[in-house]
Amino acid sequence: MNLITQLRLKKLLVPLILASLGLVAVIVSYSMNPQVTQAVLASTLRQSTPILLGAMCGILCEKSGIINIGIEGQMLLSAFMGFMVNVWTGNLLVAVLAGMATGALLGLLHAFMSVTLKLDQIIGGTVINILALGLTGFFYTAGLTTKGKLQPFSLGFLAEIPLIGPVLFRNPPITFAAIVLVFVLQFALFKTTWGLRTRAVGEHPRAADTLGVNVFTTRYINVIMGGAIAGLAGAFLTLEAVGSFERAMTNGRGFVALAVMIFGKWSPLGAWGASLLFGFANALQTQIQFAGVLQIPHQFIGMLPYVLTIIVLAGFVGRARPPAAGGVPYEKE
Amino acid sequence: MTEEKQKQPGVLYWLNQTWLSIRVPLAAIILALLVGAVILILSGVNPLDAYRALFVGAFGETRYLLRTLEKATPLIFSGLAVAFGFKAGLFNIGAQGQLLLGAMTAAVIGFMVTGLPPLIHIPLALLGGALTGALYGFIPGALKTYTGAHEVITTIMLNYVAINITDYLADGPFKDPEPANIVARTARIQDSAVIPTPQIDLTVGVLLALLLMIVFSVLVFAIFKKVTLGIKNKLLLFLIRLGLVVGLGIGLAQLLRVFAPRFYAQPVGFLPYNAIPFPIGFMIAILMAVVVWFILMRTTLGFEIRTVGLNPHAARYAGIKVKMIIILAMVISGFLAGMGGSIETLAVVGRYQPGFNTGLGFDGITVALLGRNHPLGLIPAALLIGAMQAGSNVMQFQAGVPSEIIGVIQALMLFFVAADMIVRWVIRAKARPGEVKIDLTSGWGKQ
Repeated sequence: MNLITQLRLKKLLVPLILASLGLVAVIVSYSMNPQVTQAVLASTLRQSTPILLGAMCGILCEKSGIINIGIEGQMLLSAFMGFMVNVWTGNLLVAVLAGMATGALLGLLHAFMSVTLKLDQIIGGTVINILALGLTGFFYTAGLTTKGKLQPFSLGFLAEIPLIGPVLFRNPPITFAAIVLVFVLQFALFKTTWGLRTRAVGEHPRAADTLGVNVFTTRYINVIMGGAIAGLAGAFLTLEAVGSFERAMTNGRGFVALAVMIFGKWSPLGAWGASLLFGFANALQTQIQFAGVLQIPHQFIGMLPYVLTIIVLAGFVGRARPPAAGGVPYEKE
Repeated sequence: MTEEKQKQPGVLYWLNQTWLSIRVPLAAIILALLVGAVILILSGVNPLDAYRALFVGAFGETRYLLRTLEKATPLIFSGLAVAFGFKAGLFNIGAQGQLLLGAMTAAVIGFMVTGLPPLIHIPLALLGGALTGALYGFIPGALKTYTGAHEVITTIMLNYVAINITDYLADGPFKDPEPANIVARTARIQDSAVIPTPQIDLTVGVLLALLLMIVFSVLVFAIFKKVTLGIKNKLLLFLIRLGLVVGLGIGLAQLLRVFAPRFYAQPVGFLPYNAIPFPIGFMIAILMAVVVWFILMRTTLGFEIRTVGLNPHAARYAGIKVKMIIILAMVISGFLAGMGGSIETLAVVGRYQPGFNTGLGFDGITVALLGRNHPLGLIPAALLIGAMQAGSNVMQFQAGVPSEIIGVIQALMLFFVAADMIVRWVIRAKARPGEVKIDLTSGWGKQ
């Protein structure tokens, strides 16, 4: 028991150090310049939302043993469908649901390819990526804009707290949904029967099967749910962040989401931390460029998020251990 | 290969073998085109018009054919880079970044170094670009072995870093100093660094190609006769296939020229090409594909790389230095990608300009997968994708179809090639015992 506690503490050490360092930095920065700090933090959260949602899609898939590199494509096509449905109906809720449905459908396709057809999952993901890029480019019509965007709203008195209030408790709905989803998924994956079954299927499908867990169904459900979450990320891009659709507008976020998933060691909370770090680097970069305080070519500031991810990944996280059965199609005996 | 079959490896036998191995991919491509046609019909376009324009745009005229080869050249390189990584169990999404830096280095060597004869200048720039790519491939390889940072993430991140570095260089230190220039781009490379595309008269060209083929075969037979018996048959097979592809292309173009002459601007002569371009860059790409195939399949290093890719634990027990192999595989992969970027700069673009090489590295993933991860198999795959990219411009112009439809068709092709059981069911072809399923994901995160 003592050993387990020790191990747990050791596991928490790096995230705790990182988090407390971040906290100190935020407090110091806030005491010096409240407005900029608040702007950067709010921007951090906004930048991290689609990546976080994408990473949670990845976690859902990978925990059940399906590698999904098609998150980029799922996000892109969902962003497009959400956008088009909004243009047609003028309804934001229907549009978001359409985006999620699109993501779920692509999840179904991925599950069909990797579970039923037993295709190589990297190929399956690549198919989804190119397909989405092609379809959205083909049906893209320039000059359309959404009828309204999802607006931020406050969570009562919580939004009155200085700094934390406006940053955390006054946000548009999908940003809120993403944060809620982190905790729901963390609980569901590690504390419920469903979570145990999912992890079992991802680690040792044969054992899970022997115990009566349906490997195929579990994988199907997880990949479809993951797709819906990626769809939410897509809807975020068009309906909450930008308000219009552009070709290839996901701009690699789906791949960054994969990075964030591995970085967060396949746990929703970890992925949240990782996506916040990435979002922060992005926000900082925008802020530095905007303020123009440093005489550095903007391209070097633009590298910041990516270099930071590499350094943190190489320096702090080390060898990540994916679910053992990831990428291996399950053959029933 | 069974013993019985090896008794009489005549041309007919090889033709049959070729047919057996290409019928499923061929059917997959046709199926993808059919599904693509459905999408085109749904969006109110006559698919026959679209495909005809696509085909003409890829093969119909000399300049179109040249563009197809131009487009295919960097794709062969990035496809090789990705495939090489896959063989070692590494997913090098970073081919894009390595390619960009290679292209930039080649451009810099191309315009800064003066007074060299082309025979030295071109190889120098090529090698410089390739080595830059190799160096850039070394980073994720070393990070993976020494810190365990996953190559998928590091290479994606390094792609963005490479974009920023090249953007900076093209807009800063190496910006085109010409007063009229306002965009971010480097100066034009010296004439001595341009990889030429000599125009050869058709008759001469055919004779030259035949001569090259004979010389090549003789060389191959002379060198490898002692090494192994299987190899010359394989090369013969490859040559037959290459001939089939070229012949099929010319034949189809010929048919089209007879039945749809309105697509041709100058219908002269019997063949569609009066003079054929001899794209040296493309030839280098094919040569590199053969070299990579040789390294992977016929050398100890290649064997070690493939062993590490299949099972790193077994490789370690067998005494293979897994860490070194992983780094080396990434370095070679980066080398190939960098060379692809260099050739793009030296033969096509003529300078480095941001945005001109976008997507080449990512298309390499498609090419590698379509070519079933085989160094020679990805040549037709690259030609196919290159032809579609080249033809899509004409298609957009003539048939008014957005060129993005080729992305959809590419995805469908990839799907049907990978999902060969569907295709086999459609054409009622049984799987041959020798055929193995492609498996790339075994290397994901495991070491």
